[in-house]
Amino acid sequence: MLPELAAALMLVGLTAYVVLGGADFGAGFWDLTAGGAERGAPVRAMIKRAMAPVWEANHVWLIFVLVVMWTAFPKAFGSLSSTLAIPLFLAALGIVLRGGAFALKGEAATIAEARALGATFALSSVTVPFFLGASAGAVAAGEVPVGNAAGDEWGSWTGALPLFVGVLAVVLGAHLAAVFLGADSQRAGRPELVRAFRARALGSGLVAGALAIGGLAIVSSEAPRLYDGLTSGAGLACVVASAAAGVATLLLEWRARFELARYTAAVAVAMVIAGWAFAQEPYMLPPGLTLDEAAAPDSALAALLIAATAGMALLVPALVWLFRLAVSGRLAYEEEPRP
Amino acid sequence: MRPVIDGVLGDPANQDYLLQARQMQAMSFAVHIPLVCFGIAFPAMVVFMEGLWLRTGDPLYRALAKRWSKAMLILFAVGVVTGTILSFEMGLLWPEFMARFGDVFGLAFGIEGFSFFMEAIFIAIYVYGWDRLSPRTHIMVGAPVIAAGFTGSFMVISVNGWMNQPAGFSIVDGKVADVEPLAALFNKNLWHELAHMYLAGFVVAAFLVASVYAFAWLRGRRDRRHLVGLVVALSFAALVAPAQVLVGDWAARTVADRQPVKLAAMEGLEKTTRGAPFELFAGIEVPRALSLLAFHDPNATVRGLDTVPERDRPPSTIVKISFRAMVAIGTGLAALGAWFAWVWWRRRRLPRSAWFHRALVAAGPLSLVALIAGWVTTEVGRQPWVVYEVMRTEAAVTGASGIPAGFTALSLVYAALAAIAYVMLRRLARSEFEVEA
Repeated sequence: MLPELAAALMLVGLTAYVVLGGADFGAGFWDLTAGGAERGAPVRAMIKRAMAPVWEANHVWLIFVLVVMWTAFPKAFGSLSSTLAIPLFLAALGIVLRGGAFALKGEAATIAEARALGATFALSSVTVPFFLGASAGAVAAGEVPVGNAAGDEWGSWTGALPLFVGVLAVVLGAHLAAVFLGADSQRAGRPELVRAFRARALGSGLVAGALAIGGLAIVSSEAPRLYDGLTSGAGLACVVASAAAGVATLLLEWRARFELARYTAAVAVAMVIAGWAFAQEPYMLPPGLTLDEAAAPDSALAALLIAATAGMALLVPALVWLFRLAVSGRLAYEEEPRP
Repeated sequence: MRPVIDGVLGDPANQDYLLQARQMQAMSFAVHIPLVCFGIAFPAMVVFMEGLWLRTGDPLYRALAKRWSKAMLILFAVGVVTGTILSFEMGLLWPEFMARFGDVFGLAFGIEGFSFFMEAIFIAIYVYGWDRLSPRTHIMVGAPVIAAGFTGSFMVISVNGWMNQPAGFSIVDGKVADVEPLAALFNKNLWHELAHMYLAGFVVAAFLVASVYAFAWLRGRRDRRHLVGLVVALSFAALVAPAQVLVGDWAARTVADRQPVKLAAMEGLEKTTRGAPFELFAGIEVPRALSLLAFHDPNATVRGLDTVPERDRPPSTIVKISFRAMVAIGTGLAALGAWFAWVWWRRRRLPRSAWFHRALVAAGPLSLVALIAGWVTTEVGRQPWVVYEVMRTEAAVTGASGIPAGFTALSLVYAALAAIAYVMLRRLARSEFEVEA
């Protein structure tokens, strides 16, 4: 029971990170593809305004996932972080570059400086979700055995399935970002940006859908057990729910119901993670390590869960307040996008 | 005493680059820890400045608080990402340590995670909310930032205290058993380490800020804005720097009591000595002073490095030099703080001597040196153990290859980050200063 609860806590953190942190990386993707300095300026200004007050809090979810994992499933954590040292280290470097460039580009004085920092921010916003996604894909593909760097340092995360998950992570983040930014633009009363992000949301949503369908083919050939899990029982229910929420997002975007689309887009992504968890059950690191085998003793799990419950009671209201202030544009001093 | 234990994932990794792994960890830490100081202390300094505004209505205080808060946000953001590197390195460099003991000390990191959340949330509301929240709400938002800075350092220091004084588990048949997370969290080393680091946060942040304003003073910028900035920073410095000397004494005596081999390394004491002398500089000794300092008894016996086999001894030279550097600088900072406090108390003004300001300019960077030297003392002094007298660092290290490549890449990224952050902060300091009436 306690191991399942701890795993659920980790998945809650992971979902929050993929949705909230993922959208911040996705915003970086749209920053990267916004075009020249002149033409892309309004899009970039909107991205900056939306991200600046929240990206640090969103990023903490990643730390949360790491901490819950090493406390509740220390063996899995040690095995994973040693075998997947390369993609995880590259992700960590990207996190430094992304956050550092984003925080400092506000002080850039010349166009050249702003360009260099902006490009660093945008490029690393693509590499981080890719490498984190590939690491998750390596676990799903059963490439991470128990042991100190016991798996293949390169081969474990460069198979078809890990690379696919890496790309999927980038696309899902971009889709979430476009949906969120569309709603933000509407609130800010910027119809031309609403149109721009709506088009991006629809386009990235279609790409994500196509990728997901193609991905099932990769899963069926690369990880048959995972495929069985995704096509039966709770795993299947999640896949169906994800698809339905994804279609609903596209319809809502089409009909310009941007606020509601935020939630359906988040559900679509959350259901992908939940589906993965159910499909992989009872394994933490398939095919060798189950959740129960990986779990810490009950005393450690209980302490963590009690602390997390108390922590959530503080965290959730604080987060709600932050998002309310941010979404209503009240945390936007001197960050107004130029008309 | 507990038996020594190896990793749980497999045989020891036989890592060729253990030393580089340790250096990479040390570098990551040395980059992050100054930012932690600003996380601990800067919010209190900014909120204090804002409080001066609320009390007096003088817009200069608000303008200064606002400007400081911008720097605070930049430093926090850089701290967020460098702290993330440390979290990753726990697993990337020391997977056996995490796999073996992650559950024992993890609770503290779990609570630290929530502290980090609160800090990130409220610092954003604080810094972006200057013009949109009511003054009363705004200053209240600073409170959770200050509190989270404390709980965060409490929890991280708890883990470091635990590594030096492991508690909350036993070893049965080569396995970790009887895990008690609360006993691990409230280990005996927590309190003095926490007090020492929390004060260090204020010492470093206050002296670095003072150092910036003292530099401006020497350059002839002696208007009221610079005076206020300097006096507020110095007030914090004068409060904490002398207190830090007392806490340092407490910490040193605790080390003497619980980690005698570390103390021997700090003093370069090869042989166990009764009434041991304290070596001030190479060759100059004060008789019996070490016994007196470490045990408050001039005739006390101090254990030497020779009480443990050679493979259990920490590298003495670097620990000894670091310890002396920290003590010397810390004493100097305390004297500087006291100088300011005395003149301010008697005359209600700053010391006029240019040497006071020159010393302050040096004090900022020197406080950083003392901070790092202190951590080198305690962490290199902990070697060869990752968990003191329980698990060796060499048993904790990763079996993955590529440590030199990773070390190089991270060094380059950090050098670039430091250079850019420096340029941006300097630009912020020189940007137009607006006082809104």
